[in-house]
Amino acid sequence: MTPTTTWYLVLAAVLFGIGAVGLMVRRNPLVMFMCIELMLNAVNLSFVAFARAFTDIDGQTAVFFVMVVAAAEVVVGLGIIVSILRNRPGATVDDLAELRG
Amino acid sequence: MELLVFVLASVMVLAGAVGVIAYRNPVHAALGLVLTLFGVAVHFVSMEAHFLAAVQVIVYAGAIVVLFLFVIMLLGVDRAEDLDVEPFKIQRPLAVIVGASVTGLVIAAVVRGRSTLGEMSDAAAPGDDNIRALARNLYSDHVLAFELTSVLLIVAVVGTVVLTRRSRRPEVSQ
Repeated sequence: MTPTTTWYLVLAAVLFGIGAVGLMVRRNPLVMFMCIELMLNAVNLSFVAFARAFTDIDGQTAVFFVMVVAAAEVVVGLGIIVSILRNRPGATVDDLAELRG
Repeated sequence: MELLVFVLASVMVLAGAVGVIAYRNPVHAALGLVLTLFGVAVHFVSMEAHFLAAVQVIVYAGAIVVLFLFVIMLLGVDRAEDLDVEPFKIQRPLAVIVGASVTGLVIAAVVRGRSTLGEMSDAAAPGDDNIRALARNLYSDHVLAFELTSVLLIVAVVGTVVLTRRSRRPEVSQ
């Protein structure tokens, strides 16, 4: 009994769900970023599973670009977090409401 | 054998993911993230995506998590977050309900549509075939996107330096 594409897709769905719950529950901005990484990895996993199922290398190319964009996103996001938390140590995302209308 | 690898790697992935959202200390959450990323890399290897598995370990587990740990260290936010404090009473159960519903919907869609996927091809590719095919695809069909990626990285680096620079003028820094 070998794992089929469906198994990988179900695993990716569960991983995505865990990341989404973490994003909604946690209030530390760094941990929220980690949850976004979890969700991106879930999508990467399903991309690779589809690439194997259809023997099409385009899926792996998409994963490559997702990784690059994720790296850039983490760099910019952590820069923003550093510049916010430097002025207000220990701030959670609930404290950051300056732009509220 | 493949089943054993799948089960072990899936346990790694799910345990790490639960660790990320359950640990109070951000350092422990980052270590849970490492476990998840390694599990996903194992899945990549078992799906013949060797290059992406290497990139996953080097870029994600190597660079991104180290960046997270550096920021945690730099800001000194390694204090444990008190998970018992809930500003909105209904937020946590609502989040679990929404997450479970989304997961259930996706699983239902996957299970319903599994007849369109067909069987996985068992053609064992040679070791370097994956990298060669990926490079041919990347540098022919997606070469413009690949070049734009370099622009994106430059913009990200410059933007981060500008964001985190301490201003010399005292009236700007509040």
